[in-house]
Amino acid sequence: MSTPRASAKNQQRPVNITGTTALEGFVWTRRHLLGLDDLSSQEILAILDTAESFREVSTRSIKKVPALRGKVVANLFFEDSTRTRMSFTLAASRLSADVLEFSAKGSSVAKGETLRDTARNIEAMGVDTMVIRHSQSGAPHLLAQCLKTSVVNAGDGQHEHPTQGLLDIFTIRQRLGSIAGKRVAIVGDIAHSRVARSNIFGLRKLGAEVVCVGPPTLVPGAMRTLGAEICHSLDEVLPHVDVINMLRIQFERIGSNLFPSVREYARLYGLNAERLAKARPDVLVMHPGPINRGLELTSDVADGKNSAILQQVANGLAIRMAVLFLVNQGSQA
Amino acid sequence: MPETRDILIKNGRLIDPASLTDKKADVLLSGGKVAKIGSRLPAVHGAEVIDAAGKIVCPGLIDMHVHCRQPGHEEEETIATASAAAVAGGFATIVAMPNTHPVLDNEAAIEYVIRLAKQAGLARVLPAGAITKGREGKELAEMGSMLSAGAVAFTDDGDGVASSSVMQRALQYAGMFKATIMQHCQDPDLGSKGVMNSGAVAVRLGLAGVPAVSEEIMLQRDLSLLAHAGGRYHVQHVSTAGSVRMIRAAKARGLAVTAEATPHHLLLTEAACSSYDPNYKMAPPLRTVEDVQAVREGVADGAIDSVATDHAPHAAEEKELEFALAPNGIIALECALGLYVKALLETGLMNWPALIARMTSGPAAALGKSLGSLAVGATADVTIIDPEMRYTVDIASWRSKSRNCPYNGWPLTAKAVCTIVEGQVKYRATAG
Repeated sequence: MSTPRASAKNQQRPVNITGTTALEGFVWTRRHLLGLDDLSSQEILAILDTAESFREVSTRSIKKVPALRGKVVANLFFEDSTRTRMSFTLAASRLSADVLEFSAKGSSVAKGETLRDTARNIEAMGVDTMVIRHSQSGAPHLLAQCLKTSVVNAGDGQHEHPTQGLLDIFTIRQRLGSIAGKRVAIVGDIAHSRVARSNIFGLRKLGAEVVCVGPPTLVPGAMRTLGAEICHSLDEVLPHVDVINMLRIQFERIGSNLFPSVREYARLYGLNAERLAKARPDVLVMHPGPINRGLELTSDVADGKNSAILQQVANGLAIRMAVLFLVNQGSQA
Repeated sequence: MPETRDILIKNGRLIDPASLTDKKADVLLSGGKVAKIGSRLPAVHGAEVIDAAGKIVCPGLIDMHVHCRQPGHEEEETIATASAAAVAGGFATIVAMPNTHPVLDNEAAIEYVIRLAKQAGLARVLPAGAITKGREGKELAEMGSMLSAGAVAFTDDGDGVASSSVMQRALQYAGMFKATIMQHCQDPDLGSKGVMNSGAVAVRLGLAGVPAVSEEIMLQRDLSLLAHAGGRYHVQHVSTAGSVRMIRAAKARGLAVTAEATPHHLLLTEAACSSYDPNYKMAPPLRTVEDVQAVREGVADGAIDSVATDHAPHAAEEKELEFALAPNGIIALECALGLYVKALLETGLMNWPALIARMTSGPAAALGKSLGSLAVGATADVTIIDPEMRYTVDIASWRSKSRNCPYNGWPLTAKAVCTIVEGQVKYRATAG
């Protein structure tokens, strides 16, 4: 593929990715990354391949390329986040962009300023890319409609977390060689999970099977319309999957009667060594973090040989570099 | 009262569903009443002559579900601007919803709305009073006093009356006055956090859903209460196929139930929410294709006897918020007729007399008002419609104060060209 550095010299033209034969002649045109639901399989592969080339940068002694020199990336985080935010900040600085940080807890309405106004004010400072994390589904779409900058979704409500989905898919491809034909279980609160949605959209487009596991209160039947299968028993699913992606338990869901207790949830859907023994020996165990140790995952599983959890975090950096780089080449709305 | 000039409407197609009339006839309006109907009525000295050749002449249209926002949110709409929008849409009469600030739950508030409507002097505005004080669903509001002040019916619209005992008492008490209880059917508990229809689209968008059953469970309960307690009951903005079936069955059992459907539930589906555009956020929410089809069929076969806009103005800054944080509702008074034609006539489900019935005699009967007819002696409310007029919806030109409307740019057919209220022309389309 043309190196990011070479493309950066002429940023008026879309980057031409020719790294793999499957993508021969493919041209990236998108200005925003709002979700994997919108992307073609070719576009997803383009991001993965671009990330592959950026992964090498982290191994250098000087971990920086000038791809986005002179560009400004603003991180707008309206919701708490540690790893996603740090990952985006580091990704932007490795591409030599200037980074603006903005945090506001709670909704923009509670602050007395609308999201639109907040974003337009920040845009007025001369920002090229807006990375947004927000508690409301669709918040990045709102910004994409009213801003001239690129918008990258870093997690919107219960909708999508596309860079997390991409880094999960990237990790699976890295460990298992390919995505097509693989069977992936996503376990937990699928209904309220943006990580689950982005994984389902991305994995299905690349030809994987996805089975959502959890009680019907957390895994509604309508998930099938997204192309996923549904199973309420983890034990039934375990022997037949290549990947188990364990979602974090959200304790606040107990109050809404979505499950009765953490203890019962862990008993039915927690992954421990005994349960893992039912799975294939080379099964990949993933978790978007942060982990509730001893609940959805016991420590021996989280830190064991099947776990890809830290690899996911490392890959997140490469994925976010790729995304920031690509949207800055994109011209289309 | 200013002296009203007589009006002779000539050569139109007279459609009066109340008297099963559909014929070419002239209509003479005099002294605020329909004076004469006949073919080739002779000229009357001093009368204004309106040539309605190629037009439909029908009773003044009635929209029984309009949010005028006054008092409280005059930046979004006022009685005067809602009235102006109404007559421009062909509506001689609108029913003003009571979810204002303060709530229309007492006779002084009802008198206030009537006074402002008289000052505006455009459409006839009939205020609906709240069923309960402050629309809190707890204590009955003074329905008797509100009726004597001019209230036309009662509703806690915006919210359903959740308490079964309050609803039972409301039906019994309002029933004593033969006044209609209008219910916004939505269980406040089931799907309370929902912002769109439950189902495939909500799951894809990561938005919380309001299931169809949330509407149906309250309707089912109310129909049981109605059978037990009596009274007159009207279902506002029917949105689900299940509700249509229940209403049809209840009518077959002889219950005193009426119902309305909105343009958006006749034309739009949950799929429209995919862009997260709050102009597609409603309560009840936009549902599935099957629901839209069932609501259309309900209107066509008369299970649903009225169409009503649920005209709900909101300030632009509110509708520019994140989908879940934006308020519910859209405006439609000025293009409603064309929307109904698109949903019900262009689909071949109904003909003009049936559609006009849903906009005149249907709502009049639901409200128990002697409006919506064009018999000799009736109030001279008349709408003249050009059924062939093609136009493009241009919300910038509207009389309403708000602009929250997803139909901008839609090509529509059929428009009111003249709206007459009590014998006075309140709207006339500019020639062109």
